[in-house]
Amino acid sequence: MSSPDTPRLVDSFSAPKEVLQEFADLAEEENFDPFAETASKRQVAARQSDYHNRRFNREGVESADAFKQGGDAGDSGYKEAMRLQMLEKEEARVRRAIEDKERKREEEEGISAADLDKTPPRAEFQAAEKELAVISAGAKRKRRWDVAEPSEVAKQEPESTGEWSEKALEESAPKKRRSRWDATPAEASAVAETPKRSRWDQAATNTEDDAPMAQIIMNAPGLNQDDKHNRYLTDEELDAILPPTGYVIVTPPAGYAVNPARKLMPPPTPVYSGFQIQEDSDAAAQAEAAGLAPDLPTEIPGVGSLAFFKAEDAQYFAKILKEEDETVLSVDEMKERKIMRLLLKIKNGTPPVRKTALRQITDKAREFGAGPLFDKILPLLMERTLEDQERHLLVKVIDRVLYKLDDLVRPYVHKILVVIEPLLIDEDYYARVEGREIISNLSKAAGLAHMISTMRPDIDHADEYVRNTTARAFSVVASALGIPALLPFLKAVCRSKKSWQARHTGIRIVQQIAIMMGCAVLPHLRNLVEAIAHGLSDEQQKVRTMTALGIAALAEAAAPYGIESFDEVLKPLWLGIRLHRGKGLAAFLKAIGFIIPLMDPEYASYYTKEVTVILIREFQTSDEEMKKIVLKVVKQCAATEGVTASYIKQDILPDFFKAFWVRRMALDRRNFKQVVETTVELAQKSGVAEIVGRIVNDLKDESEPFRKMVMETITNVVSSLGASDIDERLEVRLVDGIIYAFQEQTTEDQVMLDGFGTVVNALGIRVKPYLTQIVSTVLWRLNNKSAKVRQQAADLTTRLAVVIKQCGEDQLLSKLGLVLFEQLGEEYPDTLGSIIAAEGAIANVVGMTQMNPPVKDLLPRMTPILRNRHEKVQEASINLIGRIADRGAEFVPAREWMRICFELLDLLKAHKKGIRRAAVNSFGYIAKSLGPQDVLSVLLTNLRVQERQSRVCSTVAIAIVAETCGPFTCIPAILNEYRTAELNVRTGCLKALSFVFEYVGPQSAYYCDSVVTMLEDALTDRDLVHRQTASTIVKHLALGVAGLGCEDSMLHLMNLVWPNCFETSPHVIGAVMDAIEAMRVTLGPGILLSYVLQGLFHPARKVREVYWRIYNALYLGAEDALVPFYPDLGELSEGQNVYDRHPLQMFI
Amino acid sequence: MSSRAEGELRYTANTQLEHLHARYTGTGHADITKYDWLTHQHRDTLSSIPGHPTLLSYLAIADGEAKGRVKFELAERMLQPCGPPPPKEDD
Repeated sequence: MSSPDTPRLVDSFSAPKEVLQEFADLAEEENFDPFAETASKRQVAARQSDYHNRRFNREGVESADAFKQGGDAGDSGYKEAMRLQMLEKEEARVRRAIEDKERKREEEEGISAADLDKTPPRAEFQAAEKELAVISAGAKRKRRWDVAEPSEVAKQEPESTGEWSEKALEESAPKKRRSRWDATPAEASAVAETPKRSRWDQAATNTEDDAPMAQIIMNAPGLNQDDKHNRYLTDEELDAILPPTGYVIVTPPAGYAVNPARKLMPPPTPVYSGFQIQEDSDAAAQAEAAGLAPDLPTEIPGVGSLAFFKAEDAQYFAKILKEEDETVLSVDEMKERKIMRLLLKIKNGTPPVRKTALRQITDKAREFGAGPLFDKILPLLMERTLEDQERHLLVKVIDRVLYKLDDLVRPYVHKILVVIEPLLIDEDYYARVEGREIISNLSKAAGLAHMISTMRPDIDHADEYVRNTTARAFSVVASALGIPALLPFLKAVCRSKKSWQARHTGIRIVQQIAIMMGCAVLPHLRNLVEAIAHGLSDEQQKVRTMTALGIAALAEAAAPYGIESFDEVLKPLWLGIRLHRGKGLAAFLKAIGFIIPLMDPEYASYYTKEVTVILIREFQTSDEEMKKIVLKVVKQCAATEGVTASYIKQDILPDFFKAFWVRRMALDRRNFKQVVETTVELAQKSGVAEIVGRIVNDLKDESEPFRKMVMETITNVVSSLGASDIDERLEVRLVDGIIYAFQEQTTEDQVMLDGFGTVVNALGIRVKPYLTQIVSTVLWRLNNKSAKVRQQAADLTTRLAVVIKQCGEDQLLSKLGLVLFEQLGEEYPDTLGSIIAAEGAIANVVGMTQMNPPVKDLLPRMTPILRNRHEKVQEASINLIGRIADRGAEFVPAREWMRICFELLDLLKAHKKGIRRAAVNSFGYIAKSLGPQDVLSVLLTNLRVQERQSRVCSTVAIAIVAETCGPFTCIPAILNEYRTAELNVRTGCLKALSFVFEYVGPQSAYYCDSVVTMLEDALTDRDLVHRQTASTIVKHLALGVAGLGCEDSMLHLMNLVWPNCFETSPHVIGAVMDAIEAMRVTLGPGILLSYVLQGLFHPARKVREVYWRIYNALYLGAEDALVPFYPDLGELSEGQNVYDRHPLQMFI
Repeated sequence: MSSRAEGELRYTANTQLEHLHARYTGTGHADITKYDWLTHQHRDTLSSIPGHPTLLSYLAIADGEAKGRVKFELAERMLQPCGPPPPKEDD
């Protein structure tokens, strides 16, 4: 920014504010898209970081299949790939050199503007301002850059290029500025050669460079300048928009360059990018693609209607958007259009359309061929506006197609990798899994040798992003093809003399293998460690760091085994921590932290002592990352067996508390957690009193986050180790501190509450002296103005109830109960829920008879609350009511219970399963105390309602009533209700019966004959669901009565169930098969076998299939028992084959 | 059976069936031959007898052999209990 004493520039060089505002408003009105915000969240690229989006800079190369017989492996093999990679590296080097030179030259000139990422020095601004002042004064100034077009100068709008002269342009710049990220300094020299063009022309021009190779990825139309979103405004357009006076073109700052990606991008070559071919017949579609025709199609010829269609899709699918005469197309063109249609269906279609299209593309994959398929799929995946769902579907297509193509895929391995590798570092877990699966399938299809030769060039790629993703991809290959197969290659790469990048990537591959495969590295642990061990003494710092991280990952994966494999790295590691500082040291410490837990106790103790010196020194560090690692290592060391309590107390604790138990550590959430975890781990060794004693005074610290950190630590320590170690004096300080911290909190959260509850419960009866004080605090807070405070007080009551009862302070409980009762009018649902829960907790410990307020007063008060729609309130009330119904139903008049029954029906609609279950159980309790008749009639009537969920819950409740009050009370009523003509009611009755028989088990034997007629009716009903539910009843009945002498009626039911075995609907056939299985148990396998034998060799295959399915189930269930029942087939013997079972034909 | 349901069966039931066959010998399918099925029955019978000691004793008495001998012979019979497989008809 300019210095304050320079005069403020008036907007004489710019349009008046209101004019600009008008345009901005217009633009906003027209382009306002209410979905834009959510759409950008769904878009993968919009969500991801710059690092992730570096994937757009990559390009895939096609490689020949070296394994193909007779194929020409000539140009595009491994050699070629390596050559290209060398070329790229050299290019990067030259660019850097040019950049350096440029910078030096500018420095000499006194303007160091090359690095646009940095804030330019003040002098530059002043220079710019001077320049602008001159322009605005109207003085003609000689231009270096656009001398050729002086006539236009006056009309042009000053373009804000990056942060350059931001202050000066503050008033005048157009609303949407191009961010400074657009400007890439590196290619300055490359663009500098086109001095004649205006700044806006450059990007819009399609430079007809000759492309060195096919760039399938970069050809994605989404990146094309022709796209209406990315296109720069032309001079003509700007002229049309802006007022004719008041604008000038300012010179770009020195060192500014147009984004080279746009500038240098080669035009699409027809062979590889089918979408881009500019044919005459395509003109209309192309115009549409460019956004000239605004409305998007919803119906595509040959595709049908789609779920959605985006503007970007029009570019990719331009060719199939219009009708064309198919007879003039060649076979290849037809094929291409076919693929495009299928892809469009998969990407944008409705689920059924998508499903069939996916199957078609899979079935025809080999017919289409790898080339045409991937040429279409891969650019779609690189589209910037791609959304998660689309990406998922396209990845799925690749996966399916890969299976089919198998080794045909070889030439496309690199292209696929370029697109899929970014998935490996996606923040979405499922995307990572999908990426892994594809790469694993790819490596199985292409083979190890081809994968290595394809990915080898990327290992020492100049871009760190590429190396990172390649390493991850390699680890997937290793897990797919086995570590031993990849090991020789890994060893070679890790020892590469050519470049440190290769070694770095090699070691990173090992690290990724360890992270991905976990304990599966154990068999190869020694080899893997040996492969990377030498990296600890590499000359490159980055390699050393990565090696240490790799060893850390291996040790973590191997834990608790495999210490012997790490022998050779122990010495360099422990020496290394004395030699390194900063990042390197952090990595080394991390490795040590993971190795120590693997050691034998005595070694662990020795090595811990060695490392402690450094750790204690690093306690002082100001580096956040280092702090976290140090804390982690301390935790790991403390957890090892060999480290003694006295050592921790003497050598670690004093410095540890001095360095980490400071207020600042509590401010960052991650530090907070780490400190708490480490301290808890130290407490496991050194004891509760030692740790709690050190921090208990800080419960009264003035910083609230710090108090929370103390509280959380105490909570965790006490809950894992108990409070028996705490002596009387400490106990006083502790309880005092906790009450203080609890009262002083400004933001009520779980930490204080949990801490209070945990400590008080751990102290148990020892807390009695403090109870009066605690309860008065609670009572006072229950009447607080803030709802949050009241809620917290109620929650605390819930936790304290048990302890108060233990201490025998019943009158305190009854006082709390009364106060809570008075609070039941609470209006905040969260608070109300807590209050009801607290009341419930008190009722729980005191018992229904002693409860104050008496249950007969409490329950009527609860009835209206049941109507509250809030989930928490519902759950708390239903729990309380259920408890009362269970234990003290007799204290409440029957009429009140019936009222509650009706209210409970509403709860059956609740979303939360817990609420529904509690409600259903409450019906059982109420029925038990009232007798089932009334409750049952309520429930049976409820079967008539519309909602399925409510009906289902009613059936369950009926079954529970039947279980608690005896089936004889319910079954007649259910059978009677079954005669209703309504389908829902009949199904409901069947369901209820099915649950009844499931719950009552062997008691079913008494009711078996009474339900047979009803089941006859249900099993011969036309309705599928009826037969299905009836089959379920038969299953439960049959299992219940097994061995109880009901075979006759069961056989009758079996005859009714059997014909249903040809049903095809999955639920029905499942229920029928279950019923048949259950029959095997009741009737015995012999009878079942006689049924099955009828159809095992039936002439119709469909019959045979079903019968064999039943036979197999029968066979698996009763293999041995079938032996005596197999028919005697001796008469079928022929020739050498004798089918008599002689051993069974012997007799004495 | 509708074609859709058939398709479903092809994708679900049959894949399960393949698992079943892989895991349990003795299960059958719609295209099993008489020989295969009966061989399974015989093997089941032969392995079932030693599992019921009373039956084994009965056989031993009927044969006039030691129980161990009977057991051994049963085990020997397990290999091709119904003779060698009949030649394939269609090739």
